[in-house]
Amino acid sequence: MSRTWRTLAGIAVVGGALLYLFAAGIGDNLVYFLTPSELLAKGPDAYDIPFRLSGQVEPGSVRWDAATLDLRFRLRDNSTSLEVESTGTPPRMFHDGIHVVVEGSMASTGQFQARTLMVKHSNEYKPAPGEGHPEARFPALQGRGGSS
Amino acid sequence: MIGQAGTLALAMALVVALYGIVISVIGARRDSPPLVASGRNAALAFFALSTLAVVAMEYALFTHDFSIRYVAEVGSRSTPGLITAISIWAALEGSILFWLWVLSLYTALCVWIYRHRHRKELPYVTATLLGIGVFFLAVLLGPSNPFAAVSPVPPDGPGPNPLLQNHPLMALHPPAQYLGYVGFSVPYAFAIAALATGKVDAWWVRAVRRWTLIAWIFLTVSIIAGGWWAYEVLGWGGYWAWDPVENAALMPWLVGTAFLHSVMVQERREMLRGWNVALIVTTFALTIFGTFLTRSGVLGSVHAFSESVIGPLFLGFLAIVLLFSTFMVLLRSRRLRSPGRLDSLLSREAAFLVADLLFLAITFTVFLGTIFPLVAEAATGARVSVGAPYFNRMTVPLLAAVVFLMGVGPALPWRASGRGALKARFLVPAVMGSAAAVIAFALGGGGFWPLLTFGLAGFSLTAMGSEVLKGVRTRVRRGEAGHLGALARLVAGNRRRYGGYVVHAGVIMAAVAIAASWNHRVEEEATLSVGEEMVAGKYSIRLDGLRGLQEPNRFAVVAHVTIEKGGAAIDERSPRLNFYPFREQPVPTPTVHSSVIEDVFLDLMAFAEDGSTATLKVVVMPLVVWLWISGGVMAAGTVVAIWPEKRRAYELVFARREVADAEGCEPEAAPEEVLV
Repeated sequence: MSRTWRTLAGIAVVGGALLYLFAAGIGDNLVYFLTPSELLAKGPDAYDIPFRLSGQVEPGSVRWDAATLDLRFRLRDNSTSLEVESTGTPPRMFHDGIHVVVEGSMASTGQFQARTLMVKHSNEYKPAPGEGHPEARFPALQGRGGSS
Repeated sequence: MIGQAGTLALAMALVVALYGIVISVIGARRDSPPLVASGRNAALAFFALSTLAVVAMEYALFTHDFSIRYVAEVGSRSTPGLITAISIWAALEGSILFWLWVLSLYTALCVWIYRHRHRKELPYVTATLLGIGVFFLAVLLGPSNPFAAVSPVPPDGPGPNPLLQNHPLMALHPPAQYLGYVGFSVPYAFAIAALATGKVDAWWVRAVRRWTLIAWIFLTVSIIAGGWWAYEVLGWGGYWAWDPVENAALMPWLVGTAFLHSVMVQERREMLRGWNVALIVTTFALTIFGTFLTRSGVLGSVHAFSESVIGPLFLGFLAIVLLFSTFMVLLRSRRLRSPGRLDSLLSREAAFLVADLLFLAITFTVFLGTIFPLVAEAATGARVSVGAPYFNRMTVPLLAAVVFLMGVGPALPWRASGRGALKARFLVPAVMGSAAAVIAFALGGGGFWPLLTFGLAGFSLTAMGSEVLKGVRTRVRRGEAGHLGALARLVAGNRRRYGGYVVHAGVIMAAVAIAASWNHRVEEEATLSVGEEMVAGKYSIRLDGLRGLQEPNRFAVVAHVTIEKGGAAIDERSPRLNFYPFREQPVPTPTVHSSVIEDVFLDLMAFAEDGSTATLKVVVMPLVVWLWISGGVMAAGTVVAIWPEKRRAYELVFARREVADAEGCEPEAAPEEVLV
């Protein structure tokens, strides 16, 4: 009998420790997904807490300084939009209206400081006029020699 | 035309598979060899018809038969031949067809190899494998028929997802993944056969050892190749992100690894009967769960091809598998009680058991982190994500313990050992491990977990090395051969054991590579004008130019970059962005300057359309190359372990018993069946 009890006690201790570690680990690393209006509705309560925001890049709002890699744009949902600040290169062909997810936190200045930025893109087959010839997008680069 | 032929082949395969299940079970119950043989023939016909369907699909792909929707979605006249050939796994329907084919291949091999053995049990193996086949055939003939027609017939297609046609590893990772995932069906089917016949002793774990190792090594290679692909294609300068699709491949690997270890305890000591059944059922269920995660579209990723209705089907199948397996286990619960008992915590079997618990703990952690967002969203509607720090914090200590155990386990004898003997055994490895940590620290590898990993790696490698050395010395002392000859005889005499050591060395190599590259990366990003330089670590990177390049199936923007170290140019590289027709997003194509010490990873992030500037990301990471090499080492070790033992091995076993007696430890297990 003592053997069984010892085994059970061992399992309980190890299992309990794991569960504790798990609860602590997952609790500290949970990040909530919100839309811009949900985040703004939280007001100052949301400052400095990590969130993921998903929305669309507001047309005409993208400002990127290639020299400093400073990137600013407005992220919007159906009802509102907020300003996002980030450092780094925008994802390839980052353009107006594209759906993006940013992870970061709200600063007390009212800007969302993004640490990471991901483009949500679909692999669905969508023929578009002229898209059969991607080279047509970059006339200046065609036929350029190697090292210039 | 070819579409109808393919669908017909699948329909006939379904009929044949259903017939095979019924006739095999009846044949087994009546103990009727002709019926069992008929079931076996049904399994072979199932393979032939699945092959026919795959050939029909390949034919349609190569002849650009765009009347078939699958071909219209993934094919294109400008796609190169190799890419066209592998387009069979470039989208949902084709990949499930390929899955079916791999399953039918395993089924046919299995019934053929065992046609003269396990007469009573094998019909249940056949029936189980065909039963899994029926599910996949139902999916293929129902919601995701690869041969469905499209109207009107388009003149050309878009080609496969650019991410998949952008790298040659796409010819390796998916088939290896299927061979690994589907391969675990075979040991699962044997476990079900053991339960069905009530013969639950160690026969089935002996029979499935090689099958499990084959599945395991394919899955291992696939996981590493997948990481390598992510590193070379995705452009974020890493190979593992705890993405759910990665976790989906990792979980069955972990439980399968646990199974591989604990079956040895059953073979040797007749312990853990029920445990092993539970492990292989879990492994198999996790492969189905993984397919559900990756293919159903519940997660957005390159693996979730499109919205589809197969998700509920897979969940339903998973539920059937779990209910059926649990029922079978309960049916035999009395016989699953093991006669063997654990004698001491300081024994080989206890080490195996601890290893199993570690693997399960890691699996549990990964599983909860993976499904938590799904469950939370279903339950509360809140959308959450579990960050990589959770996975790192939870799994790294457990993985470090696994590395430690690889040094301890093999040195412990079966049954029990004295404490005094242990102290002598582990003194040198402990010293070497500490030395490894100190050297790593001196070389600049700081941080608690990486240093611990390097130390434990040194400990375990030394412990394994000294075991090998002891065996070699004993043989040399007895005048059997020189050192090299003695090593060859030692390995040939117990391929399982020393093949396992090689695999362990590969795992330790991977652990060191991961610890170093994960913790000591230098990342820089800058916009350069042509002729300008940036600095990353010891390297300076110069942009020499930027140009457009027209290729048959795509247009590329290529940056020409020179890497310099200490003022001297060491390499020229061309990171690029590939633009495919009909695709909005270009595909990043980073390039890596690799050496045995460190990698310089270059990615073209953005460029000015007049060609004057380019934004580059540079990541310097140590020892990455060893992670890819470790995959080769593990594969080589597995080949050693599964290589059929020759008749001669019997003689060697007796010789080994003497050697073992001379060393004062127990000999290894008796040689198992001579062939598979």
